[in-house]
Amino acid sequence: MPKDTTKDASAVLLTETLRGGQMWSRVLRRGQVLRVTDTEGGAQVAALFFNAERPLERYNMPDTLKAQHIARLARHDSLFSDMGHVLASIVDDTVGWHDTITGHLTADASRAKYGEGSYQKLRNDFFRNTRDNLLIELGKYGLGKRDLHANVNLFVKVAADAGGALAFVPQARAGAYVELRADMNTLIVLSNTPHPLDPSPSYAPKAAELELRSGAPAGPGDACRVATDESRRAFALTDAYFA
Amino acid sequence: MTLKESKRDIAKASYDHVIESGRAFSRTLTKGQVLRIVDLEGNQAVDTLFYNAKDASDRYSAVDTIREQKSLYLTTGSVLLSTEGNRLLTIIADTCGRHDTVGGACAAESNQVRYALDKKYMHNCRDSFLLEIQTRLSHMSIRDITHNINFFMNVPVTPDGKLTFEDGISAPGRYVELIAEMDVTVLISNCPQLNNPCNGYNPTPVRFVVWDN
Repeated sequence: MPKDTTKDASAVLLTETLRGGQMWSRVLRRGQVLRVTDTEGGAQVAALFFNAERPLERYNMPDTLKAQHIARLARHDSLFSDMGHVLASIVDDTVGWHDTITGHLTADASRAKYGEGSYQKLRNDFFRNTRDNLLIELGKYGLGKRDLHANVNLFVKVAADAGGALAFVPQARAGAYVELRADMNTLIVLSNTPHPLDPSPSYAPKAAELELRSGAPAGPGDACRVATDESRRAFALTDAYFA
Repeated sequence: MTLKESKRDIAKASYDHVIESGRAFSRTLTKGQVLRIVDLEGNQAVDTLFYNAKDASDRYSAVDTIREQKSLYLTTGSVLLSTEGNRLLTIIADTCGRHDTVGGACAAESNQVRYALDKKYMHNCRDSFLLEIQTRLSHMSIRDITHNINFFMNVPVTPDGKLTFEDGISAPGRYVELIAEMDVTVLISNCPQLNNPCNGYNPTPVRFVVWDN
């Protein structure tokens, strides 16, 4: 198991519970670390990342995967923007597989799978879907549909067999967490809503816990920076952006 | 991988155009038209985006397409879905057998990350997309350059989550044929990448053929 890196409580800037169904966003300052914990086992958190200073620059799924020769995200992988920068990197992770190739739940798909689940009937337990949540949060920054590109699905595993056939692989575990360091001033948008391939027929998203800590930009020997030649170059370009 | 040949006669096509390597191209197809892209010399990646012709914010979605067909690769029978859940096109014939849609397009900056900081000068697909958008699709912008299809490109993913760019499985004359399920705008960069085997280190022309069906 990776070691727990959050013993220094004085560095904690914020803790917040993300209820099942809830969305969240914040600009993380370069070096800050956000830990997302699957509190009960079963949280599925869609995530988007933008350069907060110039949000036309955004997380780019293909560039992230092909540069690191991966089809999923895990510890010491970096999330690259379309401009060759590191928006965030996974400094710690007890999960081992975060999906980024299968998108997110829309209003139509939610209705077809779970039923209406209206606010009128359920009040704040109504069936929120990922697409609408993300669009609401993006709207707060003047962003919209056109800025909605492939997201990361924290805690979700969808694996391909040798022929490319995909399967949702259950891996929920209470207490599992992932830590994302902002390597730029990074707008992060989250939605804690069911992944569309989750086989459960009932709408019952589980809570996640957020903890934001202060931190420093990646140093020369940082594990994410030195993970691959490609990540070294992307961190170098990111440093140059801030020079 | 579902190999299927087409009976369509090129002599009866309503449009027939060769796209050189390193060129951008765009054209709108009306519902029911059939598009064939021919890999004339083999192993040529054709970076392709599709948009609802009436609303470019409704565009091809690689992740929705992959998830709904529960398969990573595109071939005969694949339905190309939009972000709004619309059926943009369906692949109705394919003599290559497998096309990528997670590898994205090359860009000056991603070439720097992937190969070397001094590769920034090299021509790349995103530059082609941007030039076509700036000169011919002025209602669009970089916000609309989403994750594309790479016809004829081979990007295998392993069950343990690894991904590689491999030599192509295409060959001279292989093609893919799609029927437009609605009016769609096609945006193509015929890939100029020289740093990996996606074009066999030798980018070549492709043929863009349309039938009115």
